[in-house]
Amino acid sequence: MAHDATTAGDDLTPGIKGIAADWAGDRETFHVPWGKAMMWIFLLSDTFIFTCFLTGYMNVRASTRVAWPNPSEVFALEVGGTPVPLLLIAIMTFVLITSSGTMALAVNMGYRGDRAKTAALMFVTAAFGAIFVGMQAFEWTKLIVEEGIRPWGNPLGAPQFGSFFFMITGFHGAHVSIGVIYLAVVALKVLRGDYERRGYEIVEITGLYWHFVDLVWVFIFAFFYLW
Amino acid sequence: MAEGKQQHPLQVYFWIWGLLFVLSFFSYLVDILGFESYVRWSLIILFMLLKAGFIVAIFMHMAWERLALIYAIIGPPVVLLLLIGLMAVEGDYTESTRVDFFGADQTVFLGHGEAAEH
Repeated sequence: MAHDATTAGDDLTPGIKGIAADWAGDRETFHVPWGKAMMWIFLLSDTFIFTCFLTGYMNVRASTRVAWPNPSEVFALEVGGTPVPLLLIAIMTFVLITSSGTMALAVNMGYRGDRAKTAALMFVTAAFGAIFVGMQAFEWTKLIVEEGIRPWGNPLGAPQFGSFFFMITGFHGAHVSIGVIYLAVVALKVLRGDYERRGYEIVEITGLYWHFVDLVWVFIFAFFYLW
Repeated sequence: MAEGKQQHPLQVYFWIWGLLFVLSFFSYLVDILGFESYVRWSLIILFMLLKAGFIVAIFMHMAWERLALIYAIIGPPVVLLLLIGLMAVEGDYTESTRVDFFGADQTVFLGHGEAAEH
């Protein structure tokens, strides 16, 4: 009972080195470039953050004493005098999907070693991202200035509407903004030829982050704007 | 490093790109056509999951990764979706506690000061 087979045979290095040796053990779990595995794990942790928001939001949405403002009307845009429901949000959705497509092509061009096309497609992706953030700034301004929506209340209905709207779209907008910078930096380095020796996995890793931003928007679009 | 390198025909991306546009349009249509209640929610979730699935599987190349990575990354979010669903269902209970504390009068709730005195 004192020494079972699993521990008896192991030679243990004392201290920190022993911990490192036990955890490493010369085994690799994910057979992908380490940067890609790390990005996936980061994205998974980010998923938990957005899930916190959506979980809280769905519970509050179903439990407010005052009716939730109708997003279809709140986010309508006037075109020629008639309000079109969710128009800006629909355009933002299409902008983000377009950027996802150009990003996927950039990854493909990266592995082909076509530096000019890769960088160009990444810059286009970043530009669409910037357009998205710009439209979000417009939307925030409209809601704050014209509709009088605040994190603690609003004239349209449930006071919780503002806090969830600003927190969820704000966090997503921050992710898009960071993504635009990230894309621009990597694109410049691609153009300069920094990855000629190391290979172009970095483009795919950057792409993972960008697709994740699009992915989060899919859930926000469904749960917040359409619900 | 040949391992983990994802190279696929461009056609695949163009197809999925188009499909994402169509699916987005469909989910937008759910709002325009004014579906309500359970029909609306089911359609929203259906299109949402389809879009998310295609982005993860094709654009993020998950379909071509090893099962060890797929399960490690996809497993937790599936459980999280369940949590979101559960908390939405629990909304009824949360509302009933609001009624207990603030009373059935909706205007009392808006005045934070008066409500706090209960």
